[in-house]
Amino acid sequence: MQAQEPLTILIAEDSAADRLLLSTIVRRQGHQVLTAANGAEAVETFKEQQPDLVLMDALMPVMDGFEAARQIKALAGEALVPIIFLTSLTESEALARCLEAGGDDFLAKPYNQVILAAKIKAMDRLRRLQATVLQQRDLIARHHDYLLNEQRVAKAVFDKVAHSGCLSAPNIRYLQSPYALFNGDLLLAAYTPAGDMHVMLGDFTGHGLPAAVGAMPLAEVFYGMTAKGYGLTETLREMNAKLKRILPVDMFCCATLLSLSFQSRSVEVWNGGMPDGYLHRMASGERVPLPARHLPLGILSAQAFDDRTDVYPMAVDDRVFLLSDGVIDTCDANDQLFGVERLQQVFAANREPDRLFEDIEQALRDFRGQARDDVSMVEVSLLESAQTHGAAPVYSDSGQSCPLDWSASFEFRGATLRRFNPLPFLLQLLLEVHGLRAQSGALYSVLAELYSNGLEHGVLGLDSSLKRDATGFARYYEMRAARLEALQDGFVRVHLQVQPQGEGGRLTIRVEDSGKGFDVARVMERPVDNVRLSGRGIGLVRQLGRNATWSDQGRSASVEFFWEIEA
Amino acid sequence: MSVVTEVSPDGHKLTIAVKGRFDFGRHQEFRASYEQLDKKPESIVVDLKEATYLDSSALGMLLLLRDHAGGDESDIRVVNSSSDVKKILAISNFDKLFDIS
Repeated sequence: MQAQEPLTILIAEDSAADRLLLSTIVRRQGHQVLTAANGAEAVETFKEQQPDLVLMDALMPVMDGFEAARQIKALAGEALVPIIFLTSLTESEALARCLEAGGDDFLAKPYNQVILAAKIKAMDRLRRLQATVLQQRDLIARHHDYLLNEQRVAKAVFDKVAHSGCLSAPNIRYLQSPYALFNGDLLLAAYTPAGDMHVMLGDFTGHGLPAAVGAMPLAEVFYGMTAKGYGLTETLREMNAKLKRILPVDMFCCATLLSLSFQSRSVEVWNGGMPDGYLHRMASGERVPLPARHLPLGILSAQAFDDRTDVYPMAVDDRVFLLSDGVIDTCDANDQLFGVERLQQVFAANREPDRLFEDIEQALRDFRGQARDDVSMVEVSLLESAQTHGAAPVYSDSGQSCPLDWSASFEFRGATLRRFNPLPFLLQLLLEVHGLRAQSGALYSVLAELYSNGLEHGVLGLDSSLKRDATGFARYYEMRAARLEALQDGFVRVHLQVQPQGEGGRLTIRVEDSGKGFDVARVMERPVDNVRLSGRGIGLVRQLGRNATWSDQGRSASVEFFWEIEA
Repeated sequence: MSVVTEVSPDGHKLTIAVKGRFDFGRHQEFRASYEQLDKKPESIVVDLKEATYLDSSALGMLLLLRDHAGGDESDIRVVNSSSDVKKILAISNFDKLFDIS
């Protein structure tokens, strides 16, 4: 048997003979002994020397053992100081009083040495157990506080990262449970230089800090590339490559990305692994599902990644609704999932579109009895293009080295047209001219319009009248993707010329393409019609730029921008 | 045991059956089921007949298994998925990485 560690044992006994006898026995068992002749002395000795265990006579003068036990237990606090009552009492009621006063056990007089040793040992075990439990509890509490504090700090950082975009725009409504981000949900929104809006709802695998860590680089890529004028596909490719590079194999990010164009009244969608989103057409009440067609971000290699998007026409006030799996994967008490059908019942029963979130939340509460903490929903509606304003970019350079007299020409050919988007690069170049910065939105829109006209109608020979109705719209984008994939020859040329003029200057943009051209006179005659889905580009160029002209049977477009004084 | 492993007599085929909830709680067991083998099997079958639920960390575990088994060269079939489980696999488009039935 393992030798017992010596304890300090307090013996409180009013009979000097008994005290001596007991002290001898206990000392012989290897313990250190303190003695007291009554309850009051016992309490004093306990205060001074903190013994590990107390042997307490029940009946003593000055203060009896019951009161002394109560006081010692109060002084000991959470630590267990076992008290064994020594008693010649035999009535069960008296023995019960010993335990009620805080005693842990009792020992009948006359003393049996073997039983006394066994009881001391048993009590010592309990005492140690209690000490271990307390120590571990404190350790866990410390760790817990530490983790909570880390999470609080991290949450504050991530909230800033995830919410630094334009989530407060008038056409966005969203709902995220407070710790949704910490469950890996990420909601980002930002304007492109042309005033389109990019929105991303993402959901990382896993929970807590590891999930939120991936949010940082993702948000950085999203905001950075959107602000520079990159489209969804380039942004997606970059996000996927970045996550693939930095995340462990079992971590990935389900995501839906939207590019909402107020000007062309359409939405471009890429869904990788998120539940169906819905395009809600207000006129017909129809909800077009936007299903996941791709693997989540961060799984496939850059070569295998599929960046194909779907484009849908929208009318003013139409809405796109996205949600996280926290909604449809909510389980009830019997492990039944809330599921898509129940969600669609909520859709069907919804009378006030503005109260959709509340209706869904209510349905989840009715279903489960409590809300999950990782529910994210966002709804983006299409406004008249005049109602939106992109945030003005902030520049930090001094303007001393601003180039004012130069020209440059670019020719983008077959393979480049297939993959590369030259617009961000061209815009960056033009914004070196300070005088143009105030018009960066218009500049980008015009460049984007002329470039995509040159590419789609010119090089790819797509007919914009296809986009007159919703089916044709989808067909148009299918053909665009197919022809682009097969593209070998052809070019789009961009000529830029910047010249000083008076106090300010002039920019001339000329875009040429290798296509068949179009009947310029006929297109120019058409009134500017805002309802048609097709042919809005040319009107836009004429509105935003000056002296827009088309020559060479429509194969060459030219437009000018002016500025007055140096910014 | 909620993860049961069986290796064919010739050692070529590993079958991993997951029972009950397939979520993060199965992580250790699931990894152990293929990492502790002496010989790498040629093909792997993940049997989800008795799996009631599958969450995104289970998808992550499947990716780990795929990576361990050789990535694009791996031969992994996911069989006997219930309709709920199949839906989750379909939303994630995991049928592009695994043979799911």
